[in-house]
Amino acid sequence: MPVFARAEAAVLEFALDTRRGSFHLHIECRFASDWTVIFGPSGSGKTTLLRLLAGLDRPDRGRVVLDNEQLTHSDTGAFLKPGRRKTALVAQQPALFPHMSVTANVSYGLAKLDRARRTARVEEMLELVGATDLGHRHPQHLSGGEAQRVALARALAPQPRLLLLDEPFSALDGSSSDALILRLRSWLHDQRVQTILVTHDATDAYATAAEVALLHEGRLAALGPAEVALAAERRRIIDRLGPSFE
Amino acid sequence: MDWQAFALTLRLATVTTAILLAVAVPLAALLVLGRARWLPALEALAALPLVLPPTVLGFFLLVMLGPRTAFGRAITALLGHPLAFSFSGLVVGSVIYSLPFAVQPIVAGFASVDRSYIDAARLLGADPPRLVYSLLVPLARRSIIVAVVLTFLHTVGEFGVVLMLGGDIPGATRTLSIVLYNQVENFDYSAANRTAAMLLFLSVTALVAIYAGVRPRGGRRA
Repeated sequence: MPVFARAEAAVLEFALDTRRGSFHLHIECRFASDWTVIFGPSGSGKTTLLRLLAGLDRPDRGRVVLDNEQLTHSDTGAFLKPGRRKTALVAQQPALFPHMSVTANVSYGLAKLDRARRTARVEEMLELVGATDLGHRHPQHLSGGEAQRVALARALAPQPRLLLLDEPFSALDGSSSDALILRLRSWLHDQRVQTILVTHDATDAYATAAEVALLHEGRLAALGPAEVALAAERRRIIDRLGPSFE
Repeated sequence: MDWQAFALTLRLATVTTAILLAVAVPLAALLVLGRARWLPALEALAALPLVLPPTVLGFFLLVMLGPRTAFGRAITALLGHPLAFSFSGLVVGSVIYSLPFAVQPIVAGFASVDRSYIDAARLLGADPPRLVYSLLVPLARRSIIVAVVLTFLHTVGEFGVVLMLGGDIPGATRTLSIVLYNQVENFDYSAANRTAAMLLFLSVTALVAIYAGVRPRGGRRA
């Protein structure tokens, strides 16, 4: 089992086996890096994997262990509910609650904090994602990119240990997305939040110099630095664009 | 116009609607959010009064709440009087009879709430009661309004269950539908016309109020 380790990163281990209709996800892996990219085409099982890690779905068989804590284990019946596993998931669809303001959305996961700490945390999160002036707006008055920033702030507010990003910056233009990822990555590293970014865009993996897990038809096809794991994808892009781009 | 029956009918409909709202919201949430294998059986049970003839339902309740069963005797001992042929008995019958009219619109409303909102809330630590009051109820409020009005009107118009379970006791179980039946039986068609007009007026007014209230601003296709 390949392992990539950096100081201070949380360790996520999982072995999952599950069927959804004709699709079969069978994957075993260990991530000790603070930023991992899961790359794969549509239908390769990326979203299914994230939902299993987040606890939104249960696998037929398998386990998920984060920092030696069992989140899911089918043999023992252990299963931590989504809100108790300190795991955040930000999907392509921001899913902001339409009847609440941006501030109410971001503070939704902070019910246990007193009002002063909640307010401070909301402001900190909105500042992190560059959305400080959006607090009083409602989701229907946000652009796609603004909504995605707010969804990210909402997910980070309860201080997760594991952040799962399912193509969450698709509505941001390239430079905005790169700037946000850069700022976010440094902050997440400081907070010791392990992050898994799912994408079907190879440039996301190259831009962040991340460890890359290549997923194909529900199986782990490769795991390693981007230039190794995505060598075939790189070849395909160059062949398509022509030799002058090499 | 029998104003005593009119007031009793409104009181019965109000009490029934209040009880059903308190029952139907958590029941609908359980049916929509739950994963247990027995939930389809519960859903079928909640829909049963929709297809069961009211007189059959009334008869079962009359027997169950009467002195022939241990349950009926226990209730009588507890309350000091039998539930059948009393206002409380009518409420029990009406709650059961109108249950699907409260549950089904709310189930439809809750089921139409985008699943991604529910997933997001669960990830943020919301337990089922918080999911219901912070997301499902506000996002499905139109369905809840429809359920309230349908339940109220259905109770106002019920006849079979009321007659079987409550009989015709003025001030206790005589509702407008019973009054109308008596008036027709006595060939008092002018009084029957007024009673029927009142029931029609109540129904039309409430339905217009619902459709005006739940219609999206700018029209249905806005």
